[in-house]
Formats: sequence, structure tokens, C-alpha cells
Amino acid sequence: MKELPRIHVRGGRLIDPANGIDDPLDLWLADGKVAAVGSAPDGFRADQVIDAGGQVVCPGLIDLGAYLREPGFEHKATIESETRAAARGGITTLVCMPQTEPVIDTPAVWELIRRRAKACGRARVLAVGALTQGLAGEQLAEMGALAASGCVAVSNGRNPLASTLVARRAMEYATTFRLPVLLCSEDPHLKASGVVHEGAVATRLGLPGIPAAAETVAVARDLALTEHTGCRSHFHTLSTGRAAEMIAQARAGNRRLSADVAIHQLFLMETDVDGFRAECRVDPPLRTHADRERLRQAVAEGEIKVICSDHQPHEADAKAQPFPATAPGISGLETLLPLTLKLVEEKVLALPQAIACLTAAPARVLGLDLGHLAPGASADLCIFDPDAVWRFHASEMASAGRNTPFDGWEFRGRVTHTLFEGRITFKLERP
Amino acid sequence: MRGDNLQLNEAGELRHFLSIEGLGREHLERILDIAESFAVLPGRQVKKVPLLRGRIVTNLFFENSTRTRTTFELAAKLLSADVINFNVSVSATSKGETLLDTLRNLEAMHSDLFVVRHAHSGAAHFIARHVAPGVSVINAGDGWHAHPTQAMLDMFTIRRHKGDFAPLRVAIVGDIQHSRVARSQIMALNTLGVTEVRIIGPCTLIPAEARSLGVHVYHDLDAGLEDVDVVIMLRLQRERMEGALLPSAHEYFQRYGLTEKRLERAKPDAIVMHPGPINRGVEMASEVADGPRSVILQQVSYGIAVRMAVMSMILGARGGEA
Repeated sequence: MKELPRIHVRGGRLIDPANGIDDPLDLWLADGKVAAVGSAPDGFRADQVIDAGGQVVCPGLIDLGAYLREPGFEHKATIESETRAAARGGITTLVCMPQTEPVIDTPAVWELIRRRAKACGRARVLAVGALTQGLAGEQLAEMGALAASGCVAVSNGRNPLASTLVARRAMEYATTFRLPVLLCSEDPHLKASGVVHEGAVATRLGLPGIPAAAETVAVARDLALTEHTGCRSHFHTLSTGRAAEMIAQARAGNRRLSADVAIHQLFLMETDVDGFRAECRVDPPLRTHADRERLRQAVAEGEIKVICSDHQPHEADAKAQPFPATAPGISGLETLLPLTLKLVEEKVLALPQAIACLTAAPARVLGLDLGHLAPGASADLCIFDPDAVWRFHASEMASAGRNTPFDGWEFRGRVTHTLFEGRITFKLERP
Repeated sequence: MRGDNLQLNEAGELRHFLSIEGLGREHLERILDIAESFAVLPGRQVKKVPLLRGRIVTNLFFENSTRTRTTFELAAKLLSADVINFNVSVSATSKGETLLDTLRNLEAMHSDLFVVRHAHSGAAHFIARHVAPGVSVINAGDGWHAHPTQAMLDMFTIRRHKGDFAPLRVAIVGDIQHSRVARSQIMALNTLGVTEVRIIGPCTLIPAEARSLGVHVYHDLDAGLEDVDVVIMLRLQRERMEGALLPSAHEYFQRYGLTEKRLERAKPDAIVMHPGPINRGVEMASEVADGPRSVILQQVSYGIAVRMAVMSMILGARGGEA
């Protein structure tokens, strides 16, 4: 393997929320790690200098929960295409959800993904193992083996569990191995055949609705089971303001409890579906203005600490159907940072806090020594120009899935370099 | 709504007929006026006219419907169009062909107009967005969303009996939640400027935030029928009993079935409508269905005139009459 270049990142504004840093500081990288911050190590001779003047230098982003589609759904996307998209989006760690085919319920499937990701070399791919075998919701997956092979959490995704008893046992068993459990809390019976939020838009368009109670009922149950089992629960992709309130309340007695929201939930609402816009069909569905504002508030107040992309790339055909037949999901890796920076622009979050939601906070949820830039840390960097105004075009996406509702949106702040383990994996070519 | 003007061409004329939403009062009145020119007294034969000679109308039905399909077919034939019936539920999609594939194949047969029925809400919009530039789409019912020609034949029936829409109070009774007919009727009645639209039904059959549709919600049939000019009864599907929406057809009739006695609450000259087919003894008693205030059979015959009007407007809107 070719030796890694020694890199000097010069003149940038270093924002490293985990270490409380927001200062103009240089970085020196060697052997894939951070060699020094602020002052050069003795005798450091850089092979390469990255001029980060006027730019923000922060830890590479960690995306908690992305669907990479390989193995099994290569017609939608591959690890190669999606790690390329991640690099473009400043993301250096992807946490892969277990909904592959076969499902990540054995170390062998995870090993296959790990090897493919390593061969691509553009981002670290970590796996969320299945909570139940085949995600069928009945028999527990071999979580001991999954933990031993390096899965960082377990989840049943949005697949329902057969009963509350299975939910209880699965949470208890995961606790044996100190595995965080990612909960996509949703009552399958209340969801039924729903495709959009049950509200005025669903009523007008005659689309089957998913009531807010489908989420709150399940969150209430899962909070009670968390209390009972002592499980390290992380509520993944919340959509209702009420659920955010319930979690904030529960956090008063259990600070280990954590939650995330998909970035699109902080911008889009049920009204965006109007006109049967399939690119706005997501699971959980886009909800009301009040929900969106309450979720934004929960992120601002730190009750929801993590923002993720809930990246779900699809082939074009998956969205080219009458609305109820379309597949839910947004291809979100390349808009995760731009949209999060929009929250800064809209004064919802301060910049260091916004970066924390994408770096230190997800690392902490999963107990990873990532998402910070102290000497010795992996040299995973995202460098972006906070003042660059640009327009996002679906046609220019690196992801194999171009299913985005953000085509044509104007953003301020653009990734110029992404470094993963000391290597430049993306560099913006200026037009 | 996004895709509003999907239905209209640059001159503001009807290009597709997908839903009532997005159309103005002038569009709806024009449909009614043109339908008037095609309508004759019940029992008389409508005269065949050569307006659409040489045009091809394709009935594209992904859901079974003999009744609606037949009236569209008859309307097209009375306009001298050629009609192709394409029943997709028994052909392509069962072999894995996508809707777009089906559409491309049919377009190769040079259809001018697709009349579409589909189980999914939004299907007609989807097809309208993907057809070739010269091809039009009429929505003959999509999921729970819209059934605009049914709503217009109901408006036609109301206008024939009542004249002016402005003073009217209209009650729509039954399963609003799962009814594309009700949604289109509510929008048409409000667009035409009636005094009040009421919807009446148990909570399980009233959609979320129903008032946002511009209606008053009643759960008590007697209260809701008070002083109304028009009573529209909706069909109740048997499967509603299985989804824990209703306990039984018996209780439904007890609470929401229309009888002569209950009808006394309405105005003396109130008319009773139903989109058909009727479940006698479930939605209404036979005495009402066959009674003097029932205009149910007229609705059916007016359906042909209204569909002739819509087809001739859509195909006439482009490049003159054939």
C-alpha cells in the first residue's frame, strides 16, 4: 500500500465540538491520524498543504443510519456509489442499516460489507446488526456474534416486532452485550397501509394516512421497556413533536437516552406532498408545521442530539408510480451538511452545535472514538467553505439514487475537501 | 395544489380532467352548460353527433367497473369516436409490467384520450404527467381521491332540479373517508357556491381534519338532515365491517340509513341521490330509493351527457373539431 502523505491543513477555522474548539488553528496529519493541532510537530515536513483560508475545518461527518443497498439491492445503489456520495457530502463514517438482502443478522454478511467498503476506501462503513433473525420480528438475531464481529448497534429498522414480549426480550438481550438499540418506533397496526401523514393533505388527496399516534404509541411503549430493561435505547428518525416531548421528559430521568431526526424532517412538511410528489414520500411521513417547529426546537435545546440523513437511494422506477405504489425514502447523503448549515443560516443552531449534531453526538451514541480531532484521532476531516453559495442539482449527484426533493435548492456552505484516514477522498473542482 | 394547471392548457381550457380541485367555477359551469346541450329527457335516445369522428378513446381500467366504463364508452360512441377497452387488471400488470410500460405500449396505438380508473390515489395525475404531449386523460376514479365526472353528473342533476346552487344546503351521508365521489362532490359544491355542505357519518368514516375540506361535520343523521335541499347517500362497502370501522350493516342502517321518516327533516322538496349501486336496507330503505324524491336513475342517464361534454371539451380544445 502506498504510503500516506503528510498533510498540513493551513489557515482554517477549526471547529471540533467534542474538544470545545472553535478557533483558527492549523492541523497536521500523518499516518492517517491527527499528528498535531495548533502548532506543528517537531520536524514535520508536509508532502501536501491544503489551504483552508476562509474555510471551516471539522471532523468528518458521521451519518447515523444510511441504507447502502448492498448486498441485495444493487439496482438501487452500491457501497462503491454511496461511499463516493458520502465523500462528496463530507461524510467519513456511514452507519449502515441492516435491511440488506440477506439481512445483516450474521457476521458473514457484515464481513462482506466491511470488505467491500474497505476496497472502496472512501468512507468507513459501520454496521447496525439485525435485532431479530431476518428482521422478521420473531426470533432474536445472534447479537453476541454480531457484537463480537464489530456491529456497533442493533435495530429492527422499520420492520415490526411480533409482540411487546419480543421487544422486551430483544432489548434485554442486546443489553447483555452493551449494544445500543436503534428504535424506529412505529405501531404497525396504526400505520396500516398509510403513505402520508394523516391530516388535511391526506384528507384532500384521498391518501391513506399514518396518524401521529402510530409514532407516539410506539415511543411510549419503547420508553417504558427501556426503563424496564435498562437498554441503551436510541430513538431513530422521529417525526412528531409529541414524541420529541416524550423523549425530552424521559431524558430527565435517563440521560443515556438519545434520539435523532432525519434532516428532511426539519425542512419539509405534509404540504410538500401536495400534487402527489413521490420524491417527498418518506417513512415516517412528513408531518405538520407544528411538528417541524417542535423538532427544530428539540434539536436546538439538545433533547435531540443527532441529525442524520436517513439515506435511502432508489432507482428511478421506484418513484415512477402512482403515489401509494412508490417506495419511501430520500437519497440524502449529499444534502445532509448543506441542509444542516441552512439551520445555522435560519438561526436554529449555532455552527459548532450544528457540527456537533453530525460528528461528536452520533459518535457518543454509538460509543465510538470518532468525530473529534485531538492528536491521535483518525484523520477524518470535512473542510467546507461556509460562504459559498451554490445550487444543488439532482443530475449532479454521486449517489446512484437521485431521489431528492431538494433539486434546485440554493445552499450556503459547500464541501471543498473530505479526508478519510488521512487521504483526500473528495476535492471540489472549481468550475 | 401543485400540478393545478396540469389540467388546463395555455388558453385556460380543459386539457385533462383529473380532479375538481384547481378548476374554477367558470370551468364547472361550462361543463354543465355543454352537458345541457347533449342531455335529453330520460328514456329518449341521445342523437349521435360527429364531433369526435376519427378520434380514439381508450378506456384504461385497472379496477373493475362495468357501469362507469359503459357510460364512458357510450358517451364516446355518441360523439362518433372509436373506443378501445383495455382492462388491465387481467392483462399486463399481472405479468410484472409497470404502469409506465403499459402506457407506452398503448400510446403506440395512437390514442387521443385515456379514460383511467385505478385503485391508487394520484394514478390519473401520474398518467397525465407522463403521456405524450397531444394525449389527454380523464380520471374515472383514482383510489379515494377523485371521481370528477361522477361529481359533475351529480351537479348536473342538482342544477336540473334546483336551478341555482347559491341557496342550497347539501348533506353527504356515509363513508366519506373512503369515497372519491364525496371528495369530488364537496369540492364541486363549494366551487359552485352552495350555502352549506354537510357530511354525516360515524367518526370512523369521517376523514382527519375534515372541516379543512370546507364542510360542517355531523355524526347524527337527524340533525344533519335538518332543512337540507339535497341528500347524497354514499355506497357502503362490505369490507368496512372487517376493518373495525363499523360493527354491522344492521347498526349502520339503524343510525345512518335513510328512511322516509328521517327524510321528513329535510326540506319538503329535497331530492335524494346515490352514485350507485345501492345497498338496499343498508344505506337507504327501498321506499326512499324508489320514492318520489329519488333522482337516482336520472343521475345515471345524465352521466352520459356530462361525459360527452367533458370529452368534447377536452378533444375540442386542441386544434378544432374533427
